[in-house]
Amino acid sequence: MNILLLLIPAALILGGLGLAGFIWALNSSQFEDPEGAAERILIDDHEEAPPEDIYKS
Amino acid sequence: MSQIPSTASSDTLQRVQLSVPDMHCAGCMGKVEKCLTALNDVTSARVNLSTRRVSIIWVDNGLSVDNLIDRLADKGYAAEAIDDMDDIDAKQHEIGREILRCLAVSGFAAANIMLLSVSVWSGAGDATRDLFHWISALVALPTILYAGQPFFRSTWIALSHRRMNMDVPISLSVVLAGGMSLYETMNSREHVYFDAAVTLLFFLLLGRYLDHLMRARVRNAAMQLVKLAPKTALMEDNQGLRSRVPVSALEIGMKVVVLPGAVVPVDGRIVAGSSELDNSIISGESLPELVSELDQVYSGSVNLTGSLLIEVTAVGKDSFLASVIHLMEVAEQHKSRYVRIADRLATIYAPFVHIVALMTFLGWLWVTQGDWHQALVVAISVLIITCPCALGLAVPVVQVVANGVLFDHGVLVKDGAALEKLAQIDAIVLDKTGTVTTGQLEAVNVDEIDKDALAIAAGLTCNSTHPLSRALTAAVTARNISPLPCAEFREHPGQGLEGICQGRTVRVGNFEWCGIGGLNTPVMPTPENVELWVRIENCAPVRLNFKDQLRVDAKSTIQNWTDEKLSVTLLSGDREAAVKAVAQASSIENFVAMASPAQKVDFVNELTLSGRRVLMVGDGINDAPALAAAHVSMAPAGASDISRSAADIIFLGDHLAPADYARRIARRASWLIQQNFALALLYNLVAIPIAIAGFASPLVAAIAMSTSSIIVTLNALRLRIGGSKGQQT
Repeated sequence: MNILLLLIPAALILGGLGLAGFIWALNSSQFEDPEGAAERILIDDHEEAPPEDIYKS
Repeated sequence: MSQIPSTASSDTLQRVQLSVPDMHCAGCMGKVEKCLTALNDVTSARVNLSTRRVSIIWVDNGLSVDNLIDRLADKGYAAEAIDDMDDIDAKQHEIGREILRCLAVSGFAAANIMLLSVSVWSGAGDATRDLFHWISALVALPTILYAGQPFFRSTWIALSHRRMNMDVPISLSVVLAGGMSLYETMNSREHVYFDAAVTLLFFLLLGRYLDHLMRARVRNAAMQLVKLAPKTALMEDNQGLRSRVPVSALEIGMKVVVLPGAVVPVDGRIVAGSSELDNSIISGESLPELVSELDQVYSGSVNLTGSLLIEVTAVGKDSFLASVIHLMEVAEQHKSRYVRIADRLATIYAPFVHIVALMTFLGWLWVTQGDWHQALVVAISVLIITCPCALGLAVPVVQVVANGVLFDHGVLVKDGAALEKLAQIDAIVLDKTGTVTTGQLEAVNVDEIDKDALAIAAGLTCNSTHPLSRALTAAVTARNISPLPCAEFREHPGQGLEGICQGRTVRVGNFEWCGIGGLNTPVMPTPENVELWVRIENCAPVRLNFKDQLRVDAKSTIQNWTDEKLSVTLLSGDREAAVKAVAQASSIENFVAMASPAQKVDFVNELTLSGRRVLMVGDGINDAPALAAAHVSMAPAGASDISRSAADIIFLGDHLAPADYARRIARRASWLIQQNFALALLYNLVAIPIAIAGFASPLVAAIAMSTSSIIVTLNALRLRIGGSKGQQT
């Protein structure tokens, strides 16, 4: 049963990490715009064009 | 542009939020952001697609909010500035985040404690059990303190106002469950209820968060209807110079120019010019009114044909709009406070449960001859097992589902109590123009008229914004006739249009304008039959008739209501003949014409006093006080801003049926709420004797509470199935 002393804290810590991660994401406004986040990946916005010589070499 | 709500975050940086309702995809987002950041002074532009808004930060270097809006308009996106100091919005947003945080914490705790509880239930040894109880306590107690806050706060507010609500028994059972469990843990006893307390919080917070999400969706949709741009007026000073100023800066005696197509910004008297005004939003009159010098005009009218110079005669609290708002406030005050179903039940339920718990305590004390510990444990377990988990969900879950169904059908329920009240109505009062009718004139006899004449007439009318012109153009183009080009087009306010088409002079307008006085006996325009003449050189004059048409389903919807023995009344500020005609066409027996805003309120109040629960449906500024006075109120999406904010429910689209659909859903929802209460009560009838007998172990409590919550939620979801059925039939 001694393994419980390891497993229970491990379960709590892992769960706690998940919870902390969620609250961090919430506080850093990551749930403000779920629709936009999903669509944003489709925008090709390479502000700086890749250097031209990469194709030459 | 000082009137635009841009807040200076530092000396040089400006920020603003624009509402851009037409953004739908990644492409739109990219275009909007790129076209804004392409401007030199803009440091950042970030789109929020979920709220259809873009936040812009720029260096204050002469760039104005109007420039940004114009820039977006060039790209084809209509945008409007949002007052980003909007308190309600920010507050609601913060509340949503708080509930979500509490939900996450209680979810984490519930999952972990359940794991531990399962091993205890499956028969862990004494030492292990105590260890698990201690760990549960360590997780549960901070969770109860943190995630219970929304309930504790609401309980505190209710109790300090000497009221009772559902959160009182919830808070009590959570706190007692936590406290007793801690005590039992310290004395290493068998029964602790940490799992029950935390799972209860989790379920209830889940319900609350769904409710919050639904409301945010409705609010966002309602916001997009409102014209958010601050109102401005075109002021003319003594030198004749014109400048755009905020309406709030106008003073009595100033002169304001109102261009054709614009809304009159302020109450005033016409100094120069003549025109026709569309007063339908103010008085419910369907016909444009001819005005000229010295006539009084009110803010909210739409100027149709000519340019007007008006002198401001009333501002602030003396204005017509302010008097309407005052009437609204009075009506609101005189309305008796509505107590929501859940709170009404709480006032019966909470004392009942507490008395049962007390009796149990006394009973056990007597049976066990003074074993107060045993008696207390049983009494508290009664409180825990009767804890209103199902009751706490019975109402909100149904309302969330009902609001979701209605939202999908274009009905926005702004107020949580509105659905409950809508289910109770037995009288309906309808406004005429814009509610029973579409509020727009439509040509009725187009098909009897020669197509060439129509093409020529439409060539003239397509240049004009007058409602009759627009109606004729729409009717002609709808019949696939393309308007012929015309030259030398001129519009004469109050008379008609003139132009040259195919070398012939053409006039469209009233009978005098078309010079028909001698040919025909003039027919006075009546509200139910507006006429427009077309005279083409060398041809016989043609008469077109226009009508403010009923909404297509107005008659059948009203028929449904009368079939169900609801009293329906048409209440309008328009002239008697016009109101009578619409009442007959839509088969409404009772009608009242020429009602002022105050008389409308009185009418609604009289009905209320005679014991009726009134649903008021209206769109005009003159309806707003009556909307506020009614038991529950609805406005179409095209209504005036003030009516939309006064109404509890807004329906979109050109039909009246959503009003009836909303009532049906509300009725079904109230039936489901009753069923849910019955289920919760049934659960209690079974659970209470078990608890009183002392058999309410933590396992029993956990199973009983979860099942009852799930049953109640599933029952509420039936509305979604039944809801779509109701639409098909």
